[in-house]
Amino acid sequence: MCLWCLSESTTAFLPFQTTILAVKFNGGVIIGSDSRASMGGSYVSSKTINKLIQVHDRIFCCIAGSLADAQAVTKMAKFQLSFHSIQMESPPLVKAAASVMKELCYSNKEELQAGFITAGWDRKKGPQVYTVSLGGMLLSQPFTIGGSGSTYIYGYVDAKYKPDMSREECLQFATNALALAIGRDNVSGGVVHLVVITEDGVEHVVIPGDKLPKFHDE
Amino acid sequence: MALSYVFETPVSGFNFENSTRNAGLESLLGDTKVKAPRPLKTGTTIAGVVYKDGVVLGADTRATSSEVVADKMCAKIHYIAPNIYCCGAGTAADTEKTTELLSSNLTIFSMNSGRNPRLTMAANILQDMLFRYRGQIGANLILGGVDCTGNHLYTVGPYGDMDKVPYLAMGSGDLAAMGILEDRFKPNMGIEDAKVLVRDAIHAGIMSDLGSGNNIDICVITKEGVDYIRPYQESEFKDKRQRKYKYKPGTTPVLVENVIRLEVDLVEETIQKMETA
Repeated sequence: MCLWCLSESTTAFLPFQTTILAVKFNGGVIIGSDSRASMGGSYVSSKTINKLIQVHDRIFCCIAGSLADAQAVTKMAKFQLSFHSIQMESPPLVKAAASVMKELCYSNKEELQAGFITAGWDRKKGPQVYTVSLGGMLLSQPFTIGGSGSTYIYGYVDAKYKPDMSREECLQFATNALALAIGRDNVSGGVVHLVVITEDGVEHVVIPGDKLPKFHDE
Repeated sequence: MALSYVFETPVSGFNFENSTRNAGLESLLGDTKVKAPRPLKTGTTIAGVVYKDGVVLGADTRATSSEVVADKMCAKIHYIAPNIYCCGAGTAADTEKTTELLSSNLTIFSMNSGRNPRLTMAANILQDMLFRYRGQIGANLILGGVDCTGNHLYTVGPYGDMDKVPYLAMGSGDLAAMGILEDRFKPNMGIEDAKVLVRDAIHAGIMSDLGSGNNIDICVITKEGVDYIRPYQESEFKDKRQRKYKYKPGTTPVLVENVIRLEVDLVEETIQKMETA
């Protein structure tokens, strides 16, 4: 079977083969993902794909689903937010960013196959986390997980999440959650990308696969 | 369907008239030996590698139409700009036209803005166009080049997904080629190592994939310029033609000659003066 026969594939990447999450802490948000892109569940087409896309200075989006659709939507959202912030003469609210994604997902729900987690910091409400699902539902939550790997860590995040964590606690929480999901989900893997967004700025933390915390693995 | 001499303003989107006609023709022919011709796919191995001073792109040269090799010396590394070249896998016509369209647009852009095109712009234009056509354009592209921001290698898929990578292989022979690349790629290689690595990757694709074969083309792009080596390596299985197949005029004897005059009547004559003042 030729991998490049168009009649075989409907989307370039099968939906939601990933693990993504976003968590609010005291003073900011942490948004994170794995870095594996798979094709047909058996071939890793990229070990280092970037799923954390910056749509504005303090707002990031995590993508799940078809890579082509997600990249197109985030490009459109980036443009709209940039235009919006010029018109308003101030940085956009995280809710505005999430609404832009929701509009695009809902209006084109027949053609698109992508879901997003939008997280960031703004002056009005501080750190926020929103999830925009496949069909265009918008929800605000203190933390959220998504992708196929998320099913394995619902128990962990429900038990271990505390509101108002410190930055270090939250980093540890997010790293552990992603490590556990990668450990159990075959379509999540690679490195762990984390982005810490606070009022002062944006910090990328990359943890290679072999430096992840181990849980009874040996 | 419009009459051929009436000029119609082009309707946006794809025109699927021919595909309905083809489907009708195929059903008419039924199960006889005659089948509609398949689109020419390039069943390919293409690869690209970023090295210390630039980018090396490589490709095989076989174009197949089902089981027949349609073109033994097909050029799969397309010119985009003086500093940007693109390897294409997938449907031959789609990769050809997409890269030509991109090249024209970038030339107009550089004339208008007075700036040399950048890789990231080329990749974005491709991504926008391929996403708009929702995968109907079967073009898997590896874009490589050197611009003022450095040496870059981008990949764009038929659905419009884009990734920036240090090395990549695409096409039906990509699994074999990726094996070679994954094993031996190192960042900041020298030019000879990079050329040999790409050559070995394409060779692996040619050996392990039926859709790839014949010669290997290599294109080295650096800040100074482009070295398009075609072919870099000729196939060791090349056949030598046994004799000449061109025939001199007069080889076929003329037996009978019959001239029939067609009687044509002049019906109407109009003169339109051209303003040449």
